[in-house]
Amino acid sequence: MQIRLILAALRHHRAATVLIVLQIALTLAIVCNALFIIQLRLAHIARPTGIDEAHIVVIQNQWIGKHETAQLSARLATDLAALRQLPGVADAYADYTYPAGGPWAAVLRIGLKPNQRAPTSLAEGYQADDHTLSTLGLQLVAGRNFRPDEIVAGSVDDALAPPVIIVTRDLAERMFPHQSAVGKRVYISDKPSTIIGVVRHLEVPAVGTHSFAYCSVLLPSWPVWPYGSFYVLRAKPGQLDAVMRAAPKALLAINRMRVMDGGAKRYGDLRAAVYADDRGVTLLMSMICVVLLLATVGGIGGLTSFWVGQRRRQIGIRRALGATRGEILRYFQTENFLIVSGGIALGSLCAVVLNLFLMKHYELPRLPLSYLPIGALVLWALGQLAVLGPALRAAAVPPVVATRSV
Amino acid sequence: MFGYYFELAVRSLRRNPVLTILIVALIGAGVASSMVTFAALRAMSADPMPGKSAQLYEPQIDNWGPANPDVHGEPPLTLSYIDAEALLHAHAAPRQTALYQVAFSLVPADATRAPFAVKGYAVTTDFFAMFNVPMAYGAGWSALDDDKGTDALVISRRLNDRLFGGTDSVGREIRLDNHDYRVVGVAGDWNPQPRFYATGSIHVTTDHGDAPDVFLPFTHAVEQQIATAWGNYCRPDYKGMGWDALLHSECVWVAFWVDLPTPADAWHYASFLHNYAAAQQRMGRFSWPPNVRLRNVPQLLAYVHAVPEQVRVSFLLALGLQLVCLVNIIGLLLAKFMRRSVEIGVRRALGASRGAIGLQFLTEAAMVGAVGGLLGLLLTGIGVYGMGALFTPKIARLVHVDADLLGLTLLVSIVATVLAALYPTWRAAQVQPAWQLKSN
Repeated sequence: MQIRLILAALRHHRAATVLIVLQIALTLAIVCNALFIIQLRLAHIARPTGIDEAHIVVIQNQWIGKHETAQLSARLATDLAALRQLPGVADAYADYTYPAGGPWAAVLRIGLKPNQRAPTSLAEGYQADDHTLSTLGLQLVAGRNFRPDEIVAGSVDDALAPPVIIVTRDLAERMFPHQSAVGKRVYISDKPSTIIGVVRHLEVPAVGTHSFAYCSVLLPSWPVWPYGSFYVLRAKPGQLDAVMRAAPKALLAINRMRVMDGGAKRYGDLRAAVYADDRGVTLLMSMICVVLLLATVGGIGGLTSFWVGQRRRQIGIRRALGATRGEILRYFQTENFLIVSGGIALGSLCAVVLNLFLMKHYELPRLPLSYLPIGALVLWALGQLAVLGPALRAAAVPPVVATRSV
Repeated sequence: MFGYYFELAVRSLRRNPVLTILIVALIGAGVASSMVTFAALRAMSADPMPGKSAQLYEPQIDNWGPANPDVHGEPPLTLSYIDAEALLHAHAAPRQTALYQVAFSLVPADATRAPFAVKGYAVTTDFFAMFNVPMAYGAGWSALDDDKGTDALVISRRLNDRLFGGTDSVGREIRLDNHDYRVVGVAGDWNPQPRFYATGSIHVTTDHGDAPDVFLPFTHAVEQQIATAWGNYCRPDYKGMGWDALLHSECVWVAFWVDLPTPADAWHYASFLHNYAAAQQRMGRFSWPPNVRLRNVPQLLAYVHAVPEQVRVSFLLALGLQLVCLVNIIGLLLAKFMRRSVEIGVRRALGASRGAIGLQFLTEAAMVGAVGGLLGLLLTGIGVYGMGALFTPKIARLVHVDADLLGLTLLVSIVATVLAALYPTWRAAQVQPAWQLKSN
């Protein structure tokens, strides 16, 4: 009965009703898509590296001047030996990059046969030696670690076709589903390599990689090339700060003719810096969402408040005719629920259309439909919240108003 | 007339302060969110070299062929040394430069000071005129330096301040890695953003975008075997080792720019480029028809999506927010205006025309819009200031508030509010005088 009454009343406020419905619809469409994008970004920022992040220190080392490969390898060996001997250092290795280290990496095309037309999987490479697993805290789930005699010196480009490699479980699953990958042969750019070990989890070096984010390959090599390298160290528990002070000093004591850009850096800080812009955009979008929801609450509240003021006399008459305060309260609550429901119905459609538009013009995946009921619940709740104040004021209208003229 | 409407508006706005504040807040929040994201978008899509960017072109040549699976038929952004050298020798443009990024360790003459890293570009001397690089001291090197590959060096003002205390350092020497260079010029402040000319690293976002420290002759850098700091891209089957092999390979790593002042020049250069690729095909180096591009700076920036996608999506969302605020404002103004039906009825009965009523309410709306715009200005200022906390310096340093942005904020607020007021005003003007007088 109440509902028929409400619909009849709304017919007198067609324009205002349509405006609220439209507003709810737009809000739902925008908030659903924005939350989806925010969630994607957050998942990207939060994706685990698989390494012992809290204890890792990274030092970028660049030699001054040009040197022969043999000389560079000798220096690298000296440096690593010195670093591993520092009191607070658990282990150390050298690489041309590090997990989530930046925008680029050596991308490997991995096939099951030589001269395969399309690779079975793409992957990204790390330069690693027999100390890498222990430095990063990686867990070997099958096979064995590298032996010292398997490590060669060279650039990552030279190291792309080693006789033996260690891969992540993700990559092993892609190459050899449901079977053990250890001992199997794969082809990296058409050159054969044998998988000797599988590690549980290791994110690739390039932060922008999405489709093969955990397909990493450890290439047994030392980064000996003109661009310098990263020394990756794991500190013993509680020794991180001491290691960060001691390591650059120890390196400079060995040889002064080097540039260590910024000295020793905490891995956590490096990772945070890489994702800074992602976090910024996420925060910006979240703020837009909050303002949007506030605007919607404010708008609905304002308009309902106006309606209550306009209908004081009718409310008084209904009260005089025996309607309880609860009935008046429920009247406005039901009215709001009906309008918001209309908005949600239209908004669900708008949300899908907006998502299709974003998919077409920007690289966004399809909006999971589960966002719609969640958005709807939020809007229903906010609608009730917005209407509560004006509805309580309406319920407080005394019956005597009916007998007064305005 | 307007004075009267103004007075009426002030009185009306005062009568219902909560509703008025709500409308003002909505206008302010809506306009500020779109202005903040617009400022970010504007900063990133700004012309890095106004007045010059349309005549700077980057030739691209497809030297990998259709077999290259990564680029969907587009030629690579940089050239192989073979092609760069050929274009330099052909000299088919009035001004041209090959360019690649170099990094050195600078060893100060004063042995007590620690060595530090410097970055810069190997270029030809045309670079300075093409890219409007001002010179604080000295000048770029001569064409002879270009040909001979001498150890001439142009340094940035920042490096000059650091090494020589800002004095005229022309003729002094600087040791980069193991080689001594003589300073021929000190560049003034020059750092166009985004750094479009560095096409080899145009996708690198971690770079803070500081001005380059040094420039040295391209020929010299190649002779000295100074490797590129942005890396080279080779076909997967590339097996060469060493510098000579790289120079004779199809690996791409050299950016190339030409200055083509008139459309006719650009047309000539495009056909030259096409003929060059066709000649390579005839010689058997390319087994595919010419696939070349000649993009100027705006076209190149659009092609490489210099504006991050996220920024554009944020701007779209902010526009959506503004739209919701507008719909909201229409509803609230409708409520506000219709509540005054009695007043309208009286004014109409006393002889006010529909037009007069309309003008009165539009004046009121414009006033609300202006106040909302002022709030929007404040929020925009806070928002742009807050960009520094949200984003890395590379992005944040570009975003700024200027008179244009402030003017636009006010204009958008007022125009949007007046537009939103059109329907409520029309409804207000439809009020029948007799009906209102009778019912009360």
